[in-house]
Amino acid sequence: MGKYVLRFTALGYLALLLVLPVAMVFGRAFENGVGAAWESVTTPEAKHAFLITILITAIVVPANTIFGIACAIAIVRQRFPGKGLVNAIVDLPLALSPIVVGLAFLLLFGTGGWLHDVPFDVVFALPGMVLATIFVSLPFVVREVVPVLREIGIEQEQAASTLGASSWQTFRRVTLPAIRWAVAYGIVLTTARALGEFGAVSVVSGRIVGKTETMTLHVEERFQSFDYVGAYAASVVLAILAIGTLVAMSLFKPKEGA
Amino acid sequence: MITQGLVTAYLTLIVLLPLAAVVWQSTKGERSFWDAVTDPQAVSALKLTLVVSVLVALVNAVVGTLIAWVLVRDEFPGKLVVNAVIDLPFALPTIVAGLTLLALYGPEGPFGIDVAFSRAAILLALLFVTLPFVIRTVQPVLIELDREMEEAAASLGANALQVFRRVVFPNLFPAVLSGVALAFARAIGEFGSVVLISGNLPFKTEVAAVYIFGRIESGDPSGAAAVSVVLLVLSFATLLLIGGLRRRVTRHDRVG
Repeated sequence: MGKYVLRFTALGYLALLLVLPVAMVFGRAFENGVGAAWESVTTPEAKHAFLITILITAIVVPANTIFGIACAIAIVRQRFPGKGLVNAIVDLPLALSPIVVGLAFLLLFGTGGWLHDVPFDVVFALPGMVLATIFVSLPFVVREVVPVLREIGIEQEQAASTLGASSWQTFRRVTLPAIRWAVAYGIVLTTARALGEFGAVSVVSGRIVGKTETMTLHVEERFQSFDYVGAYAASVVLAILAIGTLVAMSLFKPKEGA
Repeated sequence: MITQGLVTAYLTLIVLLPLAAVVWQSTKGERSFWDAVTDPQAVSALKLTLVVSVLVALVNAVVGTLIAWVLVRDEFPGKLVVNAVIDLPFALPTIVAGLTLLALYGPEGPFGIDVAFSRAAILLALLFVTLPFVIRTVQPVLIELDREMEEAAASLGANALQVFRRVVFPNLFPAVLSGVALAFARAIGEFGSVVLISGNLPFKTEVAAVYIFGRIESGDPSGAAAVSVVLLVLSFATLLLIGGLRRRVTRHDRVG
């Protein structure tokens, strides 16, 4: 009896909070037919927004993957002054409001900012959007790789270097194969966050339609212009990407308790 | 050597320097820092954010633990799918999350429930985006938990509630607390899921992140920066708390 009460409370909560609302978006997007939904996600603005999102993701994910692996190695394998600080700072993007992140880049690179004089536009342009997205998706690879590095220990790496491997060879032949699933899982999380970032990019991009508008900004802009089919259809595209992410996550997820 | 240099340089450029710019800006407005954060509208937004975030944390503590329990101890068809769906709020863009909730619980919702532009809407949006935190921190602890302790308690005459309260819960507590802290930190700064459904009425449904956004839009970067510093301090404090909890949990592991 008690078991069923718990089960139905849990499933009911999930249905009402998660599943039904997401299903509802699919319903709303297609309420005027699939054709109308398709048309609204293939307008030049929608296509451009999609392209910008893909472009940002294509820069951010490799950058944060390389940084993530390097940072995890530094945290686990090396001693250096300020290590405690590095460890604390890496987590900060998880807990910080994306609006504060956007504001930070606006102030740093905007008029009167310390780095206003860089020779290219950062604020209200692609570089700022890339930087803000790098910030918000920074911790994911690090946080996945650190525990795995701790667990595999250093014996194999030491053996490899005793046998004459250079540190790059040791990394490529010994360390990287051992952490590859953790890296893959971290990449999935980074990608999801980069595709979906809204607040930070909203502040730093200036939201110029057809120029600095990402997919998520496009959803909001369509909604504010009362084009609900457009907003919901673009949401469906993002939701499908999210569901794809979930599938990838369950494939790469480290087995809990194993 | 090179790795450390690269890591430090990357973190300095991407994280530290921009945040330093926020702190710096917060001190050089026409109003003092203190005047900017005690602006009635700012205070109201911060208060609302804190109260709703605490509520969100409490609901997550209970419901998150319950869902984790069902996912670990119960068996039912489709459990694997349910388990995968839990991560949806991590994968779904926040603006889409807000829009989905508006579709179901807004003015045109099919059930006739309309919470749009109310404080309840904010609570709903934050519960959506923070759902996975407690579940995902409690689940692995629950899987590892030794069931013999529970059986021993039950055989000594404890009822189900007593077993949970005296045996299971103390073991889960650090994990619950750390999940709750993560959810709280996330709720404090949330923007995307709230912005469409809350209506952003000053003094009523305007949360801190939306207030900051409004200050930026109306050309008051110092006011925006001042409230941002408050959020920054709260985030950092929450992280320190979580770090402390993790250390406690690992120490506990080592003893056991």
